[in-house]
Amino acid sequence: MMKIVRISKGTLKFLYMKLYTFIFTGEVMNQNPNETNLSASLIKIQEMVSSCIQCGTCTGSCPNASAMDQTPRHLWRMLLMGYQDEIFRTRTFELCSSCYTCTLRCPRGLPLTEAMAGLKQISACENLAKYRKSTLFYRNFIESVRRHGRVRESEFMTLYFVSLKDPFVPFRFAPLGIKLMQKGKISLQLPSRGSHPLEALFRKVEEMENRGEMP
Amino acid sequence: MKRYLYYPGCSLEGTALEYEISTRAVMKALGYELEEIEDWTCCGAGAAESVSHLLSLALPARNLAIADKSEKCNDILVPCSACYLNLKKVEEKTKKDPELREKINTILNESGLKLTGKARVRHLLDILSVDVGADAIARKVQKYREVNGELADTNGTDDRCGAKESASVKRRFDGFRFAPYYGCQCLRPYAAFDDPEFPVSMEPLIEATGAKVHRWSMGAKCCGASHMNTDPEVSLNLVKAILLNARGADAVITVCPMCQMNLEAYQGKISSMCHENLKIPVLYLPQLIGLALGISHKELRLDLNLSSPLSDHPCQEQWIAAQPLLVAGDGTAVELCKRSC
Repeated sequence: MMKIVRISKGTLKFLYMKLYTFIFTGEVMNQNPNETNLSASLIKIQEMVSSCIQCGTCTGSCPNASAMDQTPRHLWRMLLMGYQDEIFRTRTFELCSSCYTCTLRCPRGLPLTEAMAGLKQISACENLAKYRKSTLFYRNFIESVRRHGRVRESEFMTLYFVSLKDPFVPFRFAPLGIKLMQKGKISLQLPSRGSHPLEALFRKVEEMENRGEMP
Repeated sequence: MKRYLYYPGCSLEGTALEYEISTRAVMKALGYELEEIEDWTCCGAGAAESVSHLLSLALPARNLAIADKSEKCNDILVPCSACYLNLKKVEEKTKKDPELREKINTILNESGLKLTGKARVRHLLDILSVDVGADAIARKVQKYREVNGELADTNGTDDRCGAKESASVKRRFDGFRFAPYYGCQCLRPYAAFDDPEFPVSMEPLIEATGAKVHRWSMGAKCCGASHMNTDPEVSLNLVKAILLNARGADAVITVCPMCQMNLEAYQGKISSMCHENLKIPVLYLPQLIGLALGISHKELRLDLNLSSPLSDHPCQEQWIAAQPLLVAGDGTAVELCKRSC
C-alpha cells in the first residue's frame, strides 16, 4: 500500500507539470524544466516574479494585452517554469509600453514592468532576430546620446532607417518629419561622430556589465 | 523669489519646443526662477531601459549628481514625464539601496561626479498643483482680468469699454471644456503627488483658468509611447480610444511631450480609421495657464503645436459665431479650432 502512494506522488508531480504546461502553453512538455540552462540574467528576472500567484491582474490591466500573443500572466508562468525558448518566441514583453499599471495593481507588489524591461534587455543583448526592429530603434537612440550627450532626433532616425535596411520605412515617417521640419522643431542633420564626455560613462558601464556586476 | 533647478530634457529642445518656452514663461509669470542644470545630458528615455539596466540608472544619475552640487536649491523641475520617471527612479532606488549608490558612484567617478542624494525630483504638474497651487493661479488670473476692466464689467457698473470688446474679454475661457490628460509616467509607479489611477491634480488648475473640466476616464490611460514608431497599430488603437472619449471637449491638456506627439500627430489618420472627424486641439498645461495669465499666444508658441489650436481651420467663421473667443494677452483674438464641423 505504502509503495503505491510513494509512486503516485512522483507521478502526480510529473503529471501536474505536464498539465500546467499544456494548460498554459498548449504544448506537451518535451524537456524537464530543471535541466534547462537558464541564463543568469533570466534567473534574476525569474526571481523578480517568483511569488506570482497567477491572478491575472497584470493581464487585465495591460493596455496592450489584446495585441500580445501570450498574456502577461502567461508569460510569468512560462518564466517560472523555465521555458526560455518559448519566452523568446512571444512578442509579449516587446509590446510592454511601460505604463506601470500592472506594477501598480499587482497584489504581490512585483516589479512587473521592470521584469518586462529585463526581458527586453536580454533580447537586445542576444541580438534576437525576432525583436530586431525594436532593438535597433532603442540602440540607435542610445548611439545618438553616446555621441552627443543629448539625442538628436533626426540623426537617430537616420541611423535607425539605415540600420533597418528597409527602403520603405522612411516613407511612413516622412509626413510627420516634414511637418516637424516646417515647424522648425527638427532640422536635417547628417549623423556625425561626437566626442561628448559621456563616452567615459558608457565605457565604464560596459566594463562593469562585462564583469557581470549587475545592480 | 523661489528657485528651482531645471532639467528640460532632449524633447524640449526639439519636438516639444513650445513646452519648454511656455514652461519658462509661466514659471516666470508666477514669480519663480529656473536654474537650468549645467551641461545636462539625456536621461536615457525608454531606450536605455530596453538595452541595459545599469545604463538606464547611470544616465539619469549623472544629471542628479550635477544637481547635487547646487547649493541654492534642491528641487529639480522636470516637465517631461519620461525624464521625470527616469530621474525619480534613481532618486528612489539609491535612497533605499546604499550599495547601488556606491556602484553608480563608481561609474560617475570617471567624470568626477558624486551622487549625494540631496536633489529632489519634481514634475512640473507637481510643482504647479502643490507648490504654486490653483488658488494662486486663480488669483493671478483674476488680477489680470481686473487690470483689463473685466471685473467691473461683470458687476454691470462699468460701461467704459465698448460692448463688443468687454464681452469678448469676459468670455475668455467661459464655456470651454478641457480634458486633462496625465499619461502614465508622471503618475506611476511613484505616487508622488496624485492618485496613480484616478488623478485629479490638473482639475483645479483648469478651473483656475475659468474653464470647465471634461469628465472622462482616459486621463491616466496609456498612449502607447514609443510603440507609435515600432508597432504603430497597437499605439494607434490606444490613441483612438483617447480621442473618441475626448469628444465634447474643446481641447486636451497634456503634461508630457510623448503623449502630446502621439495625441496630436496622428489625428488625421485615426479620423479616417474611424470615419469620423476626431481632430481636437492639444495644448500643454503651461500653454493653457499662460493664456489665462495673459501671456500672448505668440509668446507661448501656440503656432508650434501640430494640432493647430490657432484658427487656420476652414470652418473658422462658423465656429467664431457659435463659440466664445479666447483673448490672449496682446488683445488679439485666439480661436481654438473646433473639431466637429
